[in-house]
Amino acid sequence: MTTQVADVEHGHENGHGPATGITRWLFTTNHKDIGTMYLIFSLVMLFIGGSMAFVIRAELFQPGLQLVEPAFFNQMITMHGLIMVFGAVMPAFVGLANWMIPMMIGAPDMALPRLNNLSFWILPFAFTMMMSTLFMDGGGPNFGWTFYAPLSTTYAPPSTTFFILAIHMMGASSIMGAINVVVTIVNMRAPGMTYMKMPMFCWTWLITAFLLIAVMPVLAGVVTMMLMDIHFGTSFFDAGGGGDPVLFQHVFWFFGHPEVYIMILPSFGVVSEVIPTFARKKLFGYHSMVYAIVAIAVLSFVVWAHHMFTVGMPLAGEIFFMYTTMLIAVPTGVKIFNWVSTMFRGSMTFETPMLYAIAFVILFTIGGLSGIMLALAPVDFVYHDTYFVVAHFHYVLVPGAIFGIFAAVYYWLPKWSGKMYDESLAKFHFWVSFIGLNLTFFPMHFVGLAGMPRRIPDYPLQFADFNMIVSIGAFMFGTSQLIFVYVLIKTLRSGEKAPQRPWEGAEGLEWTVPSPAPYHTFATPPKVD
Amino acid sequence: MDTHQEYYVPQQSHWPIVAAFGIFLTLGGLGMTLSDMQQQKDMGFSLGVFLLGAVVMAYMFAGWFGNVIRESHDGLYSDQLSGSFRRGMGWFIFSEVMFFAAFFGVLFYVRVLSIPWLGGEGDKGISHMLWPDFVAQWPLLLNPDPEHFKAPDGIIDPWHIPLLNTILLVASSFTLTFAHNALKVGNRAKVKLFMVITLALGFTFLGFQVFEYIEAYKHLNLTLETGVYASTFFLLTGFHGAHVTVGSIILLVIFVRVLKGHFSAENHFAFEAGSWYWHFVDVVWLCLFLLVYVF
Repeated sequence: MTTQVADVEHGHENGHGPATGITRWLFTTNHKDIGTMYLIFSLVMLFIGGSMAFVIRAELFQPGLQLVEPAFFNQMITMHGLIMVFGAVMPAFVGLANWMIPMMIGAPDMALPRLNNLSFWILPFAFTMMMSTLFMDGGGPNFGWTFYAPLSTTYAPPSTTFFILAIHMMGASSIMGAINVVVTIVNMRAPGMTYMKMPMFCWTWLITAFLLIAVMPVLAGVVTMMLMDIHFGTSFFDAGGGGDPVLFQHVFWFFGHPEVYIMILPSFGVVSEVIPTFARKKLFGYHSMVYAIVAIAVLSFVVWAHHMFTVGMPLAGEIFFMYTTMLIAVPTGVKIFNWVSTMFRGSMTFETPMLYAIAFVILFTIGGLSGIMLALAPVDFVYHDTYFVVAHFHYVLVPGAIFGIFAAVYYWLPKWSGKMYDESLAKFHFWVSFIGLNLTFFPMHFVGLAGMPRRIPDYPLQFADFNMIVSIGAFMFGTSQLIFVYVLIKTLRSGEKAPQRPWEGAEGLEWTVPSPAPYHTFATPPKVD
Repeated sequence: MDTHQEYYVPQQSHWPIVAAFGIFLTLGGLGMTLSDMQQQKDMGFSLGVFLLGAVVMAYMFAGWFGNVIRESHDGLYSDQLSGSFRRGMGWFIFSEVMFFAAFFGVLFYVRVLSIPWLGGEGDKGISHMLWPDFVAQWPLLLNPDPEHFKAPDGIIDPWHIPLLNTILLVASSFTLTFAHNALKVGNRAKVKLFMVITLALGFTFLGFQVFEYIEAYKHLNLTLETGVYASTFFLLTGFHGAHVTVGSIILLVIFVRVLKGHFSAENHFAFEAGSWYWHFVDVVWLCLFLLVYVF
């Protein structure tokens, strides 16, 4: 024990560098190590989920059934959704939070470092359990990532039990991670770092973490009721016993809609960091940006039933959820306006992070506008469960969430690794991704409006041409991510040394420390004016 | 915040990975057990995995918390870290509030919306044609589909055991506060006395709850399989009971620590966290008593 006390007294000279070997990663309490593990985990999941998308698009390349059985196709769409949401996007954001929040607010580490490590290490176990269901009798979950009852209860494969428990583990991990983020931001800010001086990335994550703590328990609740309906004969989602399958959808979407914002708000934060840097102007309307995030978060709790307009709700419900949903366009519009105004008359340069950020603003707006179309209850009866919906949410998730993550990785990679990435290769990655994703998701609007339903392995001939284009785009987008991996490896192996502040216009505490950032960034709190 | 204070960063720890592995074993074992039950196979091995996981979890909790207690005793913790613990516990309780809120939401939806619809009322009353003989009612003593879901014969009378349990639990919240106040002025004999009373009240509550479940199963045919009234009843009271059990274990550990001379008048966050949790469980019970039993 005396040695521990000594460590603290002598600060960070002895015993606080990275440990060596595998135990560094297994036992770590360091936010940077944990952030790195989250990011690598998320990249692996991106490729696993992406290969499932390859299966889907290969089957849909032509009409008719060629490659896989419909039952397996259903498992692929379900696992693709679950892995991308819970395995790729959310862990990537937590990884970014781990790396950047302590540095941005002038803290040495996250507030609860051991809990932080537990949050991460639950994930590999949870996904092992979830993906093992694919090899069980009767196959894996085949009811879509939204797992509506009674498909996921009465008619579910036996492996659903393990799917439910895996969701419980992911939920526990997310709640612990979110508690850590909130506590870090509330309690660990350096003196002078008031809330209204905080970088936007921290603000967006603070709100995201609040949403996570509020809705992940609800997800735990809904899967628990599923488990009871399956194994203990309860009738929550069975009308014969007085329950209601629609009740499942209400509880699920009470989680699910805030979840959608959980997957976009941190990207908002990243873009709000990147655009001012490369426009060499302060972020336009910082205060209104903060209020807009808060407004989006509050509204996200009262819009959930817009996912279920066609399920048969009372008219008052349809109208209420239609109007509240359209209200969300207001704070989102404020944000888009502010990003554009930040760029207006800025001295812009177009390094890779900026390219991703600009693509984010434009393409996310497209996804947002199709969202407004879907929010209109009367016309949603036409769009519901068509490829139009698939186009909509992929436009907000791929150029939204994932482009935000790419922007963040390119923006902060010099700070993390101490080395610059290859700019022309990175730009190549951007342009191939950009073209690939638009080729994939834009034609989905057309086939959707023409009436092609989602979640089917076969389709009428009239949709053949567009589907072939979509598949080619998907292969292009997926394959182009190998360039990303190559850029990362090349940076780490032979990148040029990065200066402390590689971006001319960058502001914030993270640029006041050397690149790569020291293992414990700040031993004593920095002063913020 | 003291600006000159150095930050405290804890040492590496193997407990998180043990915990992650323990959770995996426990839940994996649980899943295997449930699957065996479903397919009517022998579930010896699966139960073994589950129990092994539970042992790992118990070992982890003892080790992890033991570690934290030692570090706290050695004076390694700063005021800032103590603030992190407090806020962490507060947000954890908020997540628990949302967990119960989901279940109360289910109860609300079933009672106020879906059962009246099944009975033919309102916008969605068309669902009445599924089971035309069904009459909407709460408590649900007639299920829409009585062939598959036999209705319970009766429900628990709120004014016997539940009322008694309310008194017990509310009283335990008071005695716990008395113990806390005694700790703050350093009257340790009083702390022990009120902790014993609190624990006795808590365990009596749990005993009554078990008795009530036996009564429901044996005499009232109020079982998990008897429709949504019983489903919500057991879901809410069951999860509450599980939380009281956890709370009792927490208080028991804290009582043992008091006996060992832990905690000072100024520094006793574990005690406070345990009591926050206990008060939270108490408030949930009051909601339960009113919304599940009485109305």
